[in-house]
Amino acid sequence: MSSNSAARRLPILGCIVVSLMLAIAPIPAWADAYRPDWVALTLIYWSMLLPRNYSIGWAWVTGLILDVAQGTLFGQHALALSLVVYITVKFHLQIRVFPVLQMTATVFAILALYQFILFWINGVAGINSPAVTYWGPVIAGTLVWPVLSMIYANVRYRSSAGG
Amino acid sequence: MAAAKSERSHRAPHSQALGLRFLLLAALSILLLVVDHRNNHLDTVRKAIGATVYPLRVLVDAPVSTWRWINESSVSRNELELENSRLNAERLLTYSRLQRYSALEAENSRLRAMLDATERVQNRVRIAEIMSVSANPYRHVLVINKGSRDGVYDGQAMIDDLGVIGQVIETELLSAQGILISDPDHALPVEVNRNGLRTIAVGMGEYDRLDLPFLPNNADIREGDLLVTSGLGGAFPAGYPVAVVASVLRVPQEPFAEVSAKPAAALNQVRELMLIWQEDVAAIAGDEEARQHEDDLPNDEADEIAEKEPDDNRDDKNNTAAEESEIGPGGQADE
Repeated sequence: MSSNSAARRLPILGCIVVSLMLAIAPIPAWADAYRPDWVALTLIYWSMLLPRNYSIGWAWVTGLILDVAQGTLFGQHALALSLVVYITVKFHLQIRVFPVLQMTATVFAILALYQFILFWINGVAGINSPAVTYWGPVIAGTLVWPVLSMIYANVRYRSSAGG
Repeated sequence: MAAAKSERSHRAPHSQALGLRFLLLAALSILLLVVDHRNNHLDTVRKAIGATVYPLRVLVDAPVSTWRWINESSVSRNELELENSRLNAERLLTYSRLQRYSALEAENSRLRAMLDATERVQNRVRIAEIMSVSANPYRHVLVINKGSRDGVYDGQAMIDDLGVIGQVIETELLSAQGILISDPDHALPVEVNRNGLRTIAVGMGEYDRLDLPFLPNNADIREGDLLVTSGLGGAFPAGYPVAVVASVLRVPQEPFAEVSAKPAAALNQVRELMLIWQEDVAAIAGDEEARQHEDDLPNDEADEIAEKEPDDNRDDKNNTAAEESEIGPGGQADE
């Protein structure tokens, strides 16, 4: 039973690791302002579908790793991701059955909140962050959500069909 | 299916615990944030997590380095010959300059000895490769492939062949993070090479611009002036080129001139950079800081950089000495 669940966790762990890699991958400076919040999107998807397995604890640990990887204040992404996943899990029954457009709109709102938390912590800590760059990741993240959720649905289908 | 059923049967206690868990973790995050922001007690935790991030960095870097390897190993013989002859020519040129340099150096140390000044020591340098750059557009931070195992220390200066790039802010075992001079949080003490005018160059969050906000309107500075490190903060050794003044705007009713400069190093194009180990840095910095406090410079930024004085570089020299030989005399930086 436990090995079965471990085998089921592996693809999802893979998704999180890949999203962390995408978050630190070097891309041109102009594209950097429009880098989607891959980790947030990934955690939203899996915590929405499997809220019992992937909840706040995961989000917090992943956030700490992201903090170290990006060199931000320790706990910044951890706090923001915990909030994102908290909201997602809280409303996962509603969000799960939304049609694509409505779900994307919800993701947009959650991403905006996520960016706001990061932005706000930067502001409190006195770290300069130009306001223009606030919306780039939110919009880019919303645009990639439908595709990303399709990819993840595929991952989920394959892993559950195989295991 | 079974999972879904158990999920539903346990839903009520689960959702209650959810809010509690969120509050707990949020409080913990805020605690971490405050502790991390106020002081650096969390360095060991960061280093431990950094060790788990290292494989990710290597994976992310793998396609780029593979591509570079393919590129390098597939260049034609013709290109190699061309490059070889170009490098040979450059080497001759460098050697001829170096001859003059060593003569100058000898003269300099003689004159210094005459003046009874402290004889400055050559810096040790070592090449590091950039593994990744910050994903956060607000910060200009990069990761290099040398860490505390190689003797890298916090506050260490990073340069490339054209000028100063930045300094190390965080060391992990196998990698280190460096902040660029263009980061909005970074400021470094510089002086105008032409007349020795001291000031502070502040990053603006743009790769091709630094600002000099503390120069009065009547300061003797003009476009094209070369700014070099003054060595006053203690973090950077003196005399490395930092930037070239790009524009000077004097508004008569304002107390300060608006001066911006273009960094000498190509901050967003480097792949390799050099780390500098300063010798006797404490002696030099202590000596100069005493002088600095008599100046009319705004000292906040300078002090902030001076706080990061490296003190653990002494035991690292043995490790680094071996690899320095491959850099050769060309890599030895001047003072």
